[in-house]
Amino acid sequence: MPGKNWTTQKAALAERIDGGSRFAAGKRVQPGDLCAFFEAVLRPGDRVCLEGDNQKQADLLAQALAELNPTRVNDLHMVQSGIVLPEHLDMFEKGIAKRLDYSYSGPQSARIARMLFSGKIELGAVHTYLELFARYFIDLTPNVALIAAVSADRDGNLYTGPNTEDTPTVVEATSYKSGLVVAQVGEIVERVPRVDIPGDLVHFVVPAGKPFFVEPLFTRDPAAITETQILTAMLAIKGIYAPYRVRRLNHGIGFNTAAIELLLPTYGEKLGLRGQVCTHFALNPHPSLIPAIEAGWVEQIHSFGSEVGMEDYIAARSDVFFTGPDGSLRSNRAFCQTAGLYACDMFIGSTLQIDLAGNSSTVTTSRVAGFGGAPNMGSDPHGRRHPSAPWLQAGKEADDTTPPLLRRGRKLVVQIGESFGAKNEPLFVERLDALSLAEKLNLELAPVMVYADDVTHIVTEEGIANLLLCRDKNEHEQAIRGVAGYTEIGRQRDHKMVERLRARGVIQRPEDLGIDPLDADRNLLAARSMKDLMRASGGLYQPPSRFRNW
Amino acid sequence: MSQAATTTQRRVSWFEATARQRLAALLDPGSFTEFLGPAAREISPHLALFGLPAQFDDGIVIGQAKLGGHEVFAAAQEGRFMGGAFGEVHGAKLVGLLRAAKAASRDAVLLLDTGGVRLQEANAGELAISEIIRAIVDLRAEGNSVIGLIGGRAGCFGGGGIIAGCCTRLIVSEPGRISVSGPEVIETNRGVEEFDSQDRAFVWRTMGGKHRYLTGGADCFVDDDTTAFRAAAIETLAGRTPLTVSVLEAEQARLKARLKRFGAAKDGSEVWQALGVTNPASVPGMDTEEFLNATKAVRESADDAR
Amino acid sequence: MAIVGVVASGNLEALFERTDDESACRVEVSTAAHGFQPLWEAVLRDFVARGTGGLRISINDGGARPDMVALRLAQGLRLMQDPEA
Repeated sequence: MPGKNWTTQKAALAERIDGGSRFAAGKRVQPGDLCAFFEAVLRPGDRVCLEGDNQKQADLLAQALAELNPTRVNDLHMVQSGIVLPEHLDMFEKGIAKRLDYSYSGPQSARIARMLFSGKIELGAVHTYLELFARYFIDLTPNVALIAAVSADRDGNLYTGPNTEDTPTVVEATSYKSGLVVAQVGEIVERVPRVDIPGDLVHFVVPAGKPFFVEPLFTRDPAAITETQILTAMLAIKGIYAPYRVRRLNHGIGFNTAAIELLLPTYGEKLGLRGQVCTHFALNPHPSLIPAIEAGWVEQIHSFGSEVGMEDYIAARSDVFFTGPDGSLRSNRAFCQTAGLYACDMFIGSTLQIDLAGNSSTVTTSRVAGFGGAPNMGSDPHGRRHPSAPWLQAGKEADDTTPPLLRRGRKLVVQIGESFGAKNEPLFVERLDALSLAEKLNLELAPVMVYADDVTHIVTEEGIANLLLCRDKNEHEQAIRGVAGYTEIGRQRDHKMVERLRARGVIQRPEDLGIDPLDADRNLLAARSMKDLMRASGGLYQPPSRFRNW
Repeated sequence: MSQAATTTQRRVSWFEATARQRLAALLDPGSFTEFLGPAAREISPHLALFGLPAQFDDGIVIGQAKLGGHEVFAAAQEGRFMGGAFGEVHGAKLVGLLRAAKAASRDAVLLLDTGGVRLQEANAGELAISEIIRAIVDLRAEGNSVIGLIGGRAGCFGGGGIIAGCCTRLIVSEPGRISVSGPEVIETNRGVEEFDSQDRAFVWRTMGGKHRYLTGGADCFVDDDTTAFRAAAIETLAGRTPLTVSVLEAEQARLKARLKRFGAAKDGSEVWQALGVTNPASVPGMDTEEFLNATKAVRESADDAR
Repeated sequence: MAIVGVVASGNLEALFERTDDESACRVEVSTAAHGFQPLWEAVLRDFVARGTGGLRISINDGGARPDMVALRLAQGLRLMQDPEA
């Protein structure tokens, strides 16, 4: 095309940098000038990534963005991992932003649902983290990225510290496609401890005067673990970890998986499983894993993000964690999600609702919590080609007719929980609330966390259902009913069929595994309090104040 | 009679144990005879009016037992039922126990775990607190000891905090808290700038076990372990401190001095600093032995005042 | 006699006492949570099927979930059979 200008994006970037420079000294923008600065660099309709996920937040930039005048900056298309801070939604209330593509919205799940119903937000889609990152490079590339780092030097080199998380991915997608990158930093230093983001890719830096916000999302107080959760953890360890010899895995957040982590050095040790299971994790630095790490169970952990209070412990255990030359953790959400997808043989996690087919969802009619990483962790990757014993065994159980050399293995995708959850809500339902929500919002897809065809096992206090061994739809349904406890779904089981499934090992009761529910005692936990965890770490783990009773 | 139970050899956490488990671990094995046990079904006459479930022992277990061979009367509050709060029956059981102790001339051991008076039966609860205080004073005036043990999840608040102040000796563990007004009450009345009840580390620095021990508000600091509580209780029972006018005067003088010395402090750690604790910031992280070694020379002793 | 559990949110206490009638197990449930009668019946039916004649069981419920109810009942039964347990 003769005469076509092929560098309009570079020109637009230059204009943004020129505009922004009027409010900057070099790359430095003072927090007080942020409104004027944003008005100079943002254009109506821009695609903006405001960094924030379930852990770290570019909180100062979010506050400034939400205070803009909507007649000057409006109709932004937000493409970001998390809708977590109130300001993330204030922007939509005010009309500064209009369209949204995101992944996770834990604390704002009720408000985002109300705003979706009232039409304040034009929803693109709810993604998994990895999926949204992928789209940053294809059709959701940001024009402007607003990110958060621990410190910067004069040239804009950034140290993102233990909570690096999404930053490299966001910067890569934005800066190399002629987008503008603005970083809030806790402080400006002479020399950063390590260069996580090269200064060439960063156009402006805002000294916030305080660290960016981080939520200690992955901390579970062992004091709150119930006997039933201990029982389900015992079932999972003896009935799944042991027979499949699962060494490479991811744990979802929750008390059930925290119970498993705390049972490894006690119950797992008694079963002789050290070195046989749980040696490699794609996992955030869960404080509840400290006793197992200290007891020599874990060889290696790669992390999506860090966890508040775990910094010193991680730095002192660099044989286990990924750390930089400065000693602190290097996390990376995109790489860790990829690791969880392709290099792990099992995902185990909890959910809010499971239907009769085995679909699960954390969405209720009044809360849109989003997905985060769970659907990615909890899915069978069809692109996987390397064999491993658990993967091959699961594949064989699912399909005993295809010749072994042509048979796909299967990732173990385990849903664990008590048959009744908080407020006596049943875990098992006839129909997911996600469907009603999709109808109400006219969505083309219901927000399903883990699809039925990916789930291999369901564990409740009543037992384990191995769905791989089910040979037809009816068996599959009765296997689910057979571990659904006293929920409606459970009480409507076909008792004879469930007994036949039990005889075949499709359903395993605690007694089938030699577990007495009365042995599910809190004394089995390797740590029963936050203080125990701190002690187990040799004082290196410093729990945040909200988790202390000392 | 023990609750379905801990079978392993591990430390039994006082904080985690129920009232009945604490008594079973504290007292000489098999020596406990319960008065008005659950089978008597002496439940609260008020809770049903509010649609609230009752507990057969109304949240307090009382009885007679031996502790280190020593005959005692013992009471244990269940901090998980209604926050261990004093209701009519709950309070009356403790009053009766203390009076029985006086009649039999026995020492009393109180396993306190309470948020104070039960709102649904506040009048009866407040009356009970007064009667309990009177009964403790009467029992002590006869030369008997009343030992308070505090380390449960409800802490020891409201009227419970006043009762604790009337005891001969207090044994406390790190998770135990002692105060009259609780964190939320202080924040509601004085504002979050004065007291942030969400800042749990701060709550423990100002009313937790270590702070109370350091300021002489508790006499003995032990691990969160039933065995440690038992050992400390046996040792404490061996001492005698009759309640006399001079004891009360000494207590008054001590409190006056404390107010003068620490009145301007905004945080427990400032008090520890003023006491002369080296590196006050490290106090919360210390284990029991380290803490006792680091502070025994500087802590403010109650000097038998209380 | 045996007693297990505490009346707290999501928990319950169950008092087990012996009676002379070996052919019957009498269970009284006192709960402030309404609408769960079929659930209680289902849990108790399974429990008494394990052979609980000669027992009177009195429950004060703090809104316990069925798995907790079943666990407390099993704990109480074990204590009645073996008080040292």
